[in-house]
Amino acid sequence: MITLPRDARASFAFVERNFNLTKRYWGWEVAFLVYAIAGSLSVSLIGQSIGDRRLLMSLVVGAVFWNYLSVVFQSIGDTITWERWEGTLEYTMMAPVRRSVQLLGSAFYAVLYGLAHTTVLLIVLALFFSLDLGHANFGAAAVFMVVGSASLIGIGMLAAILPMMSVERGSQMVFVLQSCLLLISGVYYSVDILPGWMQVLSRVSPATYVLDAVRKALIDGAPIDTLLPDLWPLLIMAVVFIPAGIWGFGRAERYAKRTGKLKRVG
Amino acid sequence: MSIAVLDTNTPAHGSTVAPVLESAASAARPAGPAALVVDRVTKRFRVNRRKPPVTAVDDISLEIQRGEIYGLLGANGSGKSTLIRLVSGLLSLDAGRVEVFGHDLVREEMAVKRLINRVSVDAAFFKKLSPAENLSFAARLYGLDARDARRRSIEIMARLGIGEKRLGRPVEEMSRGMQQKVAIARAILTSPTLLLLDEPTTGLDPRSKLDVQTFVEELRAERDATILLTTHDLAEAERLCGRIGILAGGRLTVEDTPERLKARVALDHDLPPTLENVFMQYTGRSLDDDVEEGETDPDD
Repeated sequence: MITLPRDARASFAFVERNFNLTKRYWGWEVAFLVYAIAGSLSVSLIGQSIGDRRLLMSLVVGAVFWNYLSVVFQSIGDTITWERWEGTLEYTMMAPVRRSVQLLGSAFYAVLYGLAHTTVLLIVLALFFSLDLGHANFGAAAVFMVVGSASLIGIGMLAAILPMMSVERGSQMVFVLQSCLLLISGVYYSVDILPGWMQVLSRVSPATYVLDAVRKALIDGAPIDTLLPDLWPLLIMAVVFIPAGIWGFGRAERYAKRTGKLKRVG
Repeated sequence: MSIAVLDTNTPAHGSTVAPVLESAASAARPAGPAALVVDRVTKRFRVNRRKPPVTAVDDISLEIQRGEIYGLLGANGSGKSTLIRLVSGLLSLDAGRVEVFGHDLVREEMAVKRLINRVSVDAAFFKKLSPAENLSFAARLYGLDARDARRRSIEIMARLGIGEKRLGRPVEEMSRGMQQKVAIARAILTSPTLLLLDEPTTGLDPRSKLDVQTFVEELRAERDATILLTTHDLAEAERLCGRIGILAGGRLTVEDTPERLKARVALDHDLPPTLENVFMQYTGRSLDDDVEEGETDPDD
């Protein structure tokens, strides 16, 4: 009981620090945002050029929500990479803070950052294409973003282990993993067109379910009860991946302490 | 004269020299558990699967009492930083035991973490963040109130010669000496009862070095801090440390007060009684060797 306020304070340390880093790197933040807007517009304009309003909406939703999911995933996955490059990982690991508190603090900021990024993107795209979202079910979309974030956070935690083993190779693998999620999750197309083996893989990606449900909610205004087939896999993944991520991170920390891999790299 | 010399060729040296160490360590030992007990600690690293593991720390035992400043000297690669990392919990022990104020490092990890802090040779920060932002992060990690931490940060930084106005600008714009002072302030902010200083003055100009050394003395006098200090600066070790241990090849070859160590080399080896001669005698190498090696391999 005594540890709860302490844990909350320690968790907030990561939120505040990452917010300060975002502020200090504001130039890069603007650059990334411009790139995200340009990329999303470019993809969505394919739908516009074909004159298919539904395809346009589908591409906009794919671009915007993939942006959110990838920002969250990358922020968590890069947590260790940043610290190893800056040389602060040893200091953070020495502090009397449980790993779950550290990871959840980083994940919470990643969600806030992703939401801010995605809101700007959504507003720009809605204005650019004069999107009609009058009958969209935003509540259902929000539910899927929350549950989808939780399951993606678990995968992000597992991915964050990789840079602890080898900062450069690990970062490369996180990047490859993110690319694979983009390919198999039906970001810009239905997963039905993928080869059979890729369709199997798509079922273990949280992004597949989030994108499918959010499209139905925002384009068709689907109520939440019709989206349950997309909801329960996300809940299962959240329940499995977050504890697995924390457990795996703990194992990786023990390995790093045995082999001396917490030191600065770069 | 009683001299504590660890003969590393003697099997189970801990038991054979223990009585001698007892007499030399401290006549007036304070009540309560020792600040730090390192008991037969060993750490090996496997650099290459085809080669046998390298023993970085080899069966080291030492004990530091509350309020003591204990200096660890040794060439690069002798195991000083590895030992500091082991005590910090940043490396796992292959053998042996570490206790901080009676708390076992492995079984009571969180309790130990609340009692210690460390300053390393490379002041590691998020360099884009300001000292205030870095110190605020540290304060929250250690469960301190943000407002109190801010006030204390200003006080500590002022004592180290860094004004409040400087606290808002990125660390990357500060000199190496100032960055190291911020690192020291970050460690002090959490009020550690055991402070691990791993070459805190390496690379600092003489004025900054003097500032840090004076501050370390104040810490012991005013805050009752116990300090484990590694350094290549023998004058610094002589000025600050009540006892000095010398590491060579991962083993503790000798430990005693600076005065007794100097007397020992004069008596046994007919050398001028200087800490430099003590260093060379018990590490088997000159300071020049150490500096040259340090230029290519700064981390041990």
